[in-house]
Amino acid sequence: MKRAFQLVVACIAIALPVVANAGDAAHTPLPADSVYQVDATLSRAGGGETAWRALRGTPRVVTMFYSTCRAVCPMIVESARAVQRGVPAADRSRVGFVLLTMDPSRDTPPALAAVQRERHLDPATWLLLRPDEADVRTLAAILGVRYRALADGEFNHTTTLVLLDADGRVLARTEKIGSARDPEFIEAVRTAAAMAR
Amino acid sequence: MKTAAACCLAVIAGTAASAAPAPGDWVSIPGGTFKSALRYEDLPAGSRVAPYALLQSPVTNGEYLEFVRAHPEWRRDRVPVALAEARYLSHWQSAASPGPGTMTDQPVTWVSWFAASAYCEAQGARLPNWQEWEFAAAADATRTDARADPAWRERILAWYSRPSNEPLPRTGASPANVYGVRDLHGLVWEWVDDSSALLVSADDREQGSADRQRFCGAGALSMDDRDNYAILMRVAMLSSLGAADATGNLGFRCARDEL
Repeated sequence: MKRAFQLVVACIAIALPVVANAGDAAHTPLPADSVYQVDATLSRAGGGETAWRALRGTPRVVTMFYSTCRAVCPMIVESARAVQRGVPAADRSRVGFVLLTMDPSRDTPPALAAVQRERHLDPATWLLLRPDEADVRTLAAILGVRYRALADGEFNHTTTLVLLDADGRVLARTEKIGSARDPEFIEAVRTAAAMAR
Repeated sequence: MKTAAACCLAVIAGTAASAAPAPGDWVSIPGGTFKSALRYEDLPAGSRVAPYALLQSPVTNGEYLEFVRAHPEWRRDRVPVALAEARYLSHWQSAASPGPGTMTDQPVTWVSWFAASAYCEAQGARLPNWQEWEFAAAADATRTDARADPAWRERILAWYSRPSNEPLPRTGASPANVYGVRDLHGLVWEWVDDSSALLVSADDREQGSADRQRFCGAGALSMDDRDNYAILMRVAMLSSLGAADATGNLGFRCARDEL
């Protein structure tokens, strides 16, 4: 019985438009401390464009990465996935995961689509987005990510996972990735997911 | 408009440093090979700075007021706190006026990185990046790179001993450097476009030390030229700020690619 109930909940959750939902939220004013105060348009891995502001409506975990990175970035994706696994299955689809590239010249939508495919990032919850060159630094700034492009095409950057509420307010952030888990951050994501029921 | 600006630039470039451009004027900087005071592991031989133009002086309260009038979303009573902290323009008498106490030609301060970027974008320009700022700021009145001169360093450091509670001088009052740029030292700190690129260590593979790498403590570690305290202090300050932060001695000027 309990299992059946969970299944129903899961089905409803899957039906929720987690990925690109402007929804009713667009009708109420954006909070002054929302990261969606930044105006930017992003290309989606699967093609087409998404306004940064249109990510409003669902709690999300956002991070920045670049796909040609050998060392840290695969760890970023895996850490984000570990956070997702930390959320009970019934609530898992209530939190979106967003990977923004800091390398728009090489991380074209097809390149991002390849990452999504190869790393089995379910398009129902995972958005891989490419900002315009001019917007990368601004989006990094609003998320508190610091980075510098290196001469050889790699990037120095901080590794940050940021948890946003449905209106884009920062609920929690962590710089612990890889084997160094951050239980407090995972707990915050769990709570955000539960509150989105 | 663009043509007029180009002519203006040509005139400035032609008459070189002796001419004194009015505030708000653009100054051409030829660029060239440059060795930063910061240690960039990936650029051991220095980097190539492309030709660019820089505002002769930092943006003033008067100029910033024009911007706020044209773009009221940047009034202090309208700007979202995500883009500018509560103290943004807090030295102005009201949201729409600096007031009589704040000289129109003093550099504007209490501005966030987002606000400074938006101002420059509205002028069809951008914030200079760190390399561009440092390149121009290495010059004195007669040399393009005066950094090795102890007397030059002393003059810059003297600024830091000035009490910070005195009113800011007006912009453009200091002598122009060899390019015709003023006030790079001695007036206010200045935002750069890539403030958030300063002092990030090789990467974050060293877990747990990220904070140490990002803030003041890392300054000395990343400096190639540890005797250049003026640059060190500036970098430490910029790297400690978030993009919505504002302070009473931090302003900005704009840059653009050379036409």
